[in-house]
Amino acid sequence: MTSLAPPPAAQAFEPVIGLEIHAQLLTATKIFCGCSTQFGAPPNTHVCPVCLGLPGALPVLNGEAVTFAAKVGHALGCTVHPTSIFARKNYFYPDLPKGYQISQYERPLATDGGVTYEEGGTTRRIGIIRVHLEEDAGKSLHEGFPDSDTRTYLDFNRSGVPLIEIVTHPDLRSAAEAGAFFSRLRAILVAIGVNDGNMEEGSLRCDANVSVRAAGAQGFGVKAEIKNLNSFRHVHRAIEYEIERQVSLLRKGTRIVAETRLWDVGAGRTTSMRSKEEAHDYRYFPEPDLPPLELDPARIEEIRRTLPELPDARRQRFISQYALPEYDAALLTQSSALADYFEATAAAATNAKAASNWIMGDLTRKMNELGVEIGQARVAMPPDALGGLIRLVDSGRISSPIAKEVFEKMYGSGRAAADVVEGEGLAQIDDHAAVEAAVWEVLAAHPGPAAQYRAGRTQTFGFLVGQVMKATRGKAKPTLVNDLMRRALESPEGTR
Amino acid sequence: MSSRFSRDDVENIARLARLALTDVELDGFARQLADVLAYAEHVQEVDTNGVPPTFHPLATTAPLRGDSLQRSLPVREVVAAAPDGDPDAGLFKVPRVLG
Repeated sequence: MTSLAPPPAAQAFEPVIGLEIHAQLLTATKIFCGCSTQFGAPPNTHVCPVCLGLPGALPVLNGEAVTFAAKVGHALGCTVHPTSIFARKNYFYPDLPKGYQISQYERPLATDGGVTYEEGGTTRRIGIIRVHLEEDAGKSLHEGFPDSDTRTYLDFNRSGVPLIEIVTHPDLRSAAEAGAFFSRLRAILVAIGVNDGNMEEGSLRCDANVSVRAAGAQGFGVKAEIKNLNSFRHVHRAIEYEIERQVSLLRKGTRIVAETRLWDVGAGRTTSMRSKEEAHDYRYFPEPDLPPLELDPARIEEIRRTLPELPDARRQRFISQYALPEYDAALLTQSSALADYFEATAAAATNAKAASNWIMGDLTRKMNELGVEIGQARVAMPPDALGGLIRLVDSGRISSPIAKEVFEKMYGSGRAAADVVEGEGLAQIDDHAAVEAAVWEVLAAHPGPAAQYRAGRTQTFGFLVGQVMKATRGKAKPTLVNDLMRRALESPEGTR
Repeated sequence: MSSRFSRDDVENIARLARLALTDVELDGFARQLADVLAYAEHVQEVDTNGVPPTFHPLATTAPLRGDSLQRSLPVREVVAAAPDGDPDAGLFKVPRVLG
């Protein structure tokens, strides 16, 4: 930390941001005991001597948590180490019943990786310093009880839930970039099936280390650590606020204090929580209750091979394999469930772009309308069913507007597209004679607009076509209607 | 062996560990801890290049547990065993701490 000389008022500053992300692993049980990790259970119903820190209780490491953490290490391009060590991080807070958190310090499970991606035409790489395993703390309830002015209530259901902490290098350069990176990281964790990405329930949390320095400087400014960022929007807004706060202090020639700051969502600002210089002495030492964690290199490799395709690679593949526009590919790969749905639909439809359009259009609208996720939508509208609908449009059996009607009737009904079209008589009328008859009927019913067209006021054409579509309940093949209407209007008056 | 454990060091550690020590104890622990440190420094004179670090006294590795549920404790009994708690709400109580 080099101290910055008081800068001239107009000097440009560059933000330097690193993130520490905590993610709950999707195991059924806690990291050191067999209690459930399920969210939302009645208080203290998922506790035992180990996660309550009762004397004499000993931790036994959950193998699945280790596998998940190793997966994260691989997915973030890190080296996953055959030997890692657990350590005690000592501090006192009532939600930490042992008086220490079992974490990893000197020898974390995975180190030295990075996430590389394309952003606005340039390649960005955000370095990952480490990924380590640790246990979550319990939950303190400070408000809402008759004696809350003198008592804090404690629920230890979350105590011992397995977490990974991911620490990035200070490679991020703006609040927007930090928010976007956090979102990418979330997509990766969700795609590899280790985290549910649920920030509201706190299963994914982020702290940001923020400092500013004179633009072009090499050293780092004094940093503040911002806690309590539980949404992309908060990450973005809190960092933005903190950058402005630090820049304005430096412009006034005021020294920045190394400290922990809390993001106050309501007030939209960060406030000082504690001075880091005095509070951060955790007196780490190797956890005597847990021998070293040894992973066979073959096992490490085996875990690597179970990794699914990562979101970025999948996005690239969607562009090359399905010839989708960048926009479609980015949207469809936001969740692996959505991407899976697209691939299955594209295969059933044998038309990838149409599948993409339906999913981004009508299906997304329907999901928003009903407030459901893709998982439920997939049951209500299986990929084969949507694919069948697309094939009917492509083969000319139904028109696009009719297809939307068929979609509505199919959704949640378990009916196939062909069945709805058949049952409701919605097949496109491409019978030449039938459409021609409808055209002449419309001309007979609307002599005015027909005469106007023939007198050169051709804008009445759309109205007349519309009348044919209306008369056929939208089933007439639009190109055929256009064609036959034009021919009828341009033939000598009254002759068929 | 020049490094010493000062009274200030001991006071700082005692504060972090929430230990209230008397003046006599502070002096006594400063002396004892200085001895421990001196011993550690003595050990450090040994050339350990190529010797893997010892993180644990037992030459064993962490056994891994399957991810299977075990029965948790009955909440009423657990809360009742604490110095203060609300068994109906299933919550422990401690003197108020500021969030």
